Amino acid sequence: MEQFFQQIINGISLGSIYALIALGYTMVYGIIKLINFAHGDVYMVGAYIGYFCMTSFHMGFLPSLFIAMTFCVILGVAIEKIAYKPLRNATRIAVLITAIGVSLFIEYGTMFFVKADVRSYPPLTGLLVKSFKLGDIVITMQQLLIVGITVILMVLLQFIVKRTRIGKAMRAVSLDKEAAELMGINVNTTISFTFVLGSALAGAAGVLVGIYYNSINPLMGIMPGLKAFVAAVFGGIGIIPGAMIGGYFIGTLEVMVSGYGNSMFRDAVVFAVLILILIVKPSGLLGKETREKV
Amino acid sequence: MQKLLGSNFLKKAIFLAATFGLVQLLIVTGVINPFIMDTLTTICINIILAVSLNLITGFTGQFSLGHAGFMSIGAYTCTIITLRVPTTLGFITGLLAGAILAALVGAVVGLPTLRLRGDYLAIATLGMAEIIRIIFLNLDITNGAAGLFNNNQYVNWFWLFLFTAGTVVLISNFIKSSHGRACISIREDEIAAEAVGINSTKYKVTAFVMGAFFAGIAGSMHSSYFYFIKPDLFGFLKSINILVIVVFGGLGSISGSIIAAILLALISTSLQSIPELQMVIYAAMLITIMLFRPQGLMGSKELSLSLFKKWSSLIHRKNGGEA
Repeated sequence: MEQFFQQIINGISLGSIYALIALGYTMVYGIIKLINFAHGDVYMVGAYIGYFCMTSFHMGFLPSLFIAMTFCVILGVAIEKIAYKPLRNATRIAVLITAIGVSLFIEYGTMFFVKADVRSYPPLTGLLVKSFKLGDIVITMQQLLIVGITVILMVLLQFIVKRTRIGKAMRAVSLDKEAAELMGINVNTTISFTFVLGSALAGAAGVLVGIYYNSINPLMGIMPGLKAFVAAVFGGIGIIPGAMIGGYFIGTLEVMVSGYGNSMFRDAVVFAVLILILIVKPSGLLGKETREKV
Repeated sequence: MQKLLGSNFLKKAIFLAATFGLVQLLIVTGVINPFIMDTLTTICINIILAVSLNLITGFTGQFSLGHAGFMSIGAYTCTIITLRVPTTLGFITGLLAGAILAALVGAVVGLPTLRLRGDYLAIATLGMAEIIRIIFLNLDITNGAAGLFNNNQYVNWFWLFLFTAGTVVLISNFIKSSHGRACISIREDEIAAEAVGINSTKYKVTAFVMGAFFAGIAGSMHSSYFYFIKPDLFGFLKSINILVIVVFGGLGSISGSIIAAILLALISTSLQSIPELQMVIYAAMLITIMLFRPQGLMGSKELSLSLFKKWSSLIHRKNGGEA
């Protein structure tokens, strides 16, 4: 039983990271119907920026997190302006191929600059190395930090989306782009702002995964990116609470499969879940069925 | 009979025979060295992959991101059989078994998932390919992550040409048949196609299974020429590479896929001297093509003899006007 609770706690920590990435996917998909394949790579860049802040400039955790998020925002908006905006009216497949191109460009561009080898985050000091014991269950300070920061960011995101003008504009554009434009909403600004939010969350996830798993490499974004997308689909793509639930579910599932089954199959199980959801309820857990009209 | 062996058929047969003979001559005289032969093999395998994916994505409009998965089924089946029966007969058996197995998996995966549309199907097929890769990574018979070594090279220019030309001819004839037209109508508008009585599920699955079959052949050829296979060769990136060929050539253009397969192979060969920048340039090229020519090189047009005639008559007219 203790092992079970321990796995749940590990799952929630991993799930927080997936949830942060999944939020970016789901918001971008909700607003421009694009699977932003480059999103996983924004997360990777975030991890590297955090790493350089901590090692080369000896900054603390919070400043590094903040700088990584800022840099990722710039990167995300640049991607949107350069690669996706000119293709607003192109076919879906053309935009998707562009997204894949951007993803490869960032991965191998980063690899060119920082080399392909795995780097490890500096060891944590002070309060961050502490851990708590509840019976036989161990909760590390890192896990608390990851979950804490994720929850803070999610509350902030909910506030922005539900309570601010720009959040209202985001919801309007994702509901009906043309109608929103007719109502005087600046669609381009709104789309850029969506990328700002998504990229900031991905950057935060990158730094958090760096301190949690301790190792980063230029191709680290591919698998978590795909799994976060699965999480977004699981919760219902385009729905923000859905991405959070999906992220935690996928994280816990993955840890459970590694813990009780065969860790080699954990990715396969995640994708099998994806195919099952798509067959049983393609609109996801929180999604509503929509009928296509002629 | 007249129809079957019309002048068009004769022209095509002569063209194919001439291409085969010419390359065979170059191989015998040693102009094509083993290095060029490698590139040629890659081009042929990529043509099979791209044309078969074009049937699924370009003509039927079903977006698949899992073509490498079918390829890996063919590659592993063929290698496992040729390791037991190391003869040409074993290779042919393995190739057919691999292709049929890939087609079967295609049917099993396609039947439920082809109800999904657009991006959802893309992600489902991506997941399917990842599951296949992870299964190969964990089976004993496939030797896990270390991969399998084939002792002999069974594929020579004869087999290469036979299967490449066969794939292209079969698929382009399929598209010209009433079944192929039904597939195209599904791409154009699925609801309208259903309304005129086309069983869209049947044709989508047919196209998917055919695509998987030929991908299986391509995989078998890959493993029988390059000796070595491992699960990582057939990952997400491989599926993307195939899709890039199709989109670069033009969705719905078979000649486009062939031209793109040749061009991209030449580009990646010429970039081999700067390995660290190879993928960066490749990616930048991809983005640039999509930004400036999203419909690909050929759009949905085909390169044919009549097109050449049209061009030459245009040139003649221009020259005549000046004179």
